[in-house]
Amino acid sequence: MRQHWNRLNEWVDHRTGIPTAARKFLYEEIPASSGWHQVFGSVAVFLFLVQAFTGAMLAFNYAPTPGDAYNSLRYILTELTGGRLMRGLHHWGASMMIVVVVLHMIQVFLYGAYKKPRETTWMVGVVLLLLTLAYGLTGYLLPWDNRAYWGTVVTTKIAAQAPLLGPYLTRLLGGEGSIGVVTFARFFGLHVLLLPPATAMLIGVHIYLVRKHGVAPAPGDELVPAKKFYPEQVFKDTIAIFAAFAILFTMAVAARVPLEQLADPSDTSYIPRPEWYFLFLFQTLKLFSGPLEVVGAVVLPGLAVVALIMVPFIDRGQMIKVTRRTFAAGFVALAALGWTGLTAAAVITTPKEAREVAVDYSAPTDWMQLSPEEMAGVGYFRRENCVSCHAVGDGGSIGPDLAQTAIRRNAAWMIQHFKSPAGVRPGTSMPPIQLSDPQLNSLAAFLLKLNTDNAMALFNAPEFMVQGALVYQVNGCSDCHQVNGIGTQIGPNLNGLTRRRSRSWVQEHFLDPAKLSPGSIMPAYRLNQKDLENLTAYLFALPES
Amino acid sequence: MDPVRTVAESQKAPVTTRRSFYVVAIYGLWGIISAALGLPALIYLFVPPRMRRQSEWVDAGDVTQLASNSPVEMTFRRNRVDGWKVTSEKSTAWVVKLPNNQVVAYAPQCTHLGCAYHWDQGKNEFICPCHNSLFSIEGKVLDGPAPRPLDRYQTRIDGKQLLVGPLQSSPGQTA
Repeated sequence: MRQHWNRLNEWVDHRTGIPTAARKFLYEEIPASSGWHQVFGSVAVFLFLVQAFTGAMLAFNYAPTPGDAYNSLRYILTELTGGRLMRGLHHWGASMMIVVVVLHMIQVFLYGAYKKPRETTWMVGVVLLLLTLAYGLTGYLLPWDNRAYWGTVVTTKIAAQAPLLGPYLTRLLGGEGSIGVVTFARFFGLHVLLLPPATAMLIGVHIYLVRKHGVAPAPGDELVPAKKFYPEQVFKDTIAIFAAFAILFTMAVAARVPLEQLADPSDTSYIPRPEWYFLFLFQTLKLFSGPLEVVGAVVLPGLAVVALIMVPFIDRGQMIKVTRRTFAAGFVALAALGWTGLTAAAVITTPKEAREVAVDYSAPTDWMQLSPEEMAGVGYFRRENCVSCHAVGDGGSIGPDLAQTAIRRNAAWMIQHFKSPAGVRPGTSMPPIQLSDPQLNSLAAFLLKLNTDNAMALFNAPEFMVQGALVYQVNGCSDCHQVNGIGTQIGPNLNGLTRRRSRSWVQEHFLDPAKLSPGSIMPAYRLNQKDLENLTAYLFALPES
Repeated sequence: MDPVRTVAESQKAPVTTRRSFYVVAIYGLWGIISAALGLPALIYLFVPPRMRRQSEWVDAGDVTQLASNSPVEMTFRRNRVDGWKVTSEKSTAWVVKLPNNQVVAYAPQCTHLGCAYHWDQGKNEFICPCHNSLFSIEGKVLDGPAPRPLDRYQTRIDGKQLLVGPLQSSPGQTA
């Protein structure tokens, strides 16, 4: 068996040279001082591969156009087994990759591993860091929810401020005028077509350079015999990779990645916030105002990047022990402090109400409290079969959960949206509702009363009540009467009718009011038997006061 | 025992066990990582989506005027769930009133390769133009490469109207 294996190995080696190359790669000599502090580079490469894999998985069920992007992501999350996990891995993997890449950079910086002849390795590394950030920036738009949309509005506005390049950058990102299909296509193209091969290539160059110059030795390494990369260092790298993966997997399972509402360019109340690793830049921006804004937005970050690239040329001293590099350590500590301060400031100043919807405690808790107009809205809601797409109070369906979204809207927006959903919210798959204006009014009135607490109670309204309310509404009874405090007081208040009259009296009264109450200005209503019964039943089921 | 050899072995043994521990750990941990990524990916790709309420009944039209043994192609709209989209699309069925007054609705695709077939009044047969499959009015295969009788929709009569449901799970016994 072993002999066969060896012969196969030899055959392949003779034809391709791959086994020899792999052996050479694994049995590379590394300095005796190498160890746990050098695992971050491998972890970063591993996370890049996880991102590529989970990204491809998501792409298999993702439609890269606005609107459809949102619907397909929703489909991945709610319809596909393992879809939530794939997205969780991709989302948290992005954050984790930033963390690990920065840790890798800090390690190299602290040890002075960028010194001659390793300057180019460092510079390629800085470009890789920028690419990692570019993934975060472009990937942010791809869910096409409110968060994505408004975050990208800010991003493109910042890019537009760049001196000289601004207008060209804006045009390149397709953000002229507003964020739309072109911007989306550009971001998608960058995220999945341009950045991955560029990253893969630069990782190749980066590793090639590391191999060419060897892992940076510490002072004193020249006196001790070198070690082999395999298996001890590979073991340490593997442990680190496994730990990172375990954390990532746990986060993907335990921490739900939010998918907000479909992007709504008309939602002016939305307060955009960037991803956590961009918060410090966001806060820096706030320190400058007016014409100086460009300093915080473009000049300072630009200078920081240039300084980062130039590090090997600024610090040109001899390699010394890491414990004696106090200046470098101080610099890292200061940078970490500054970053933490800015990020914390950004988190603290985030208005709470940006996300949390205030519960309206004056909202009805039961269908008995609905006005006739709202009750009729329940009827239109049922007639249009809205629940085939919208959940009410328990999330997860094709359209948004109405109990959670309605509170943020006003009636004018709703009616506009009912008539032309795609006009208000580009990319939505909702069909227009074919109802008259008063009917849409009452549908909106009902939806505005909905919240997550009362949704079920309101939906349990019995059918005869709803039908009765429809009759009441269509005949304009509230022009003269009051029910649940809504309507005028020309005629008597209809709450409490049960105490005053009998059913048969009321039914007869509709048909000929003047006969039963002489002098009444109420016109006769020639209702059919079914409507008559529903309306009477409705009036008699109303709360007494 | 040769004292020199035992000394040499006792020095060597811990090194080899540590080395093999490294190797086993490397393979083991990478195995776990690959499984933790690969298995969910396979599930994600192969498990069908959780179905939404899809089996709806659609009004296909008035069947009281239908003559016995004279198939009519009826058109109706129905919603189809296609991934993340629900599309309302035009759909047709060949509706036949059999001599025993039973009304049957056939799906409009040939069971061979899905071509649209039509009714030939002269020959009293359904003819698929693609590969000349022939079906009887009961949907039975008379000739050609079709592997099974015509697929049927579930049907229900509501007053005058014919309601068409989802496809019958098994093509059913040919009447």
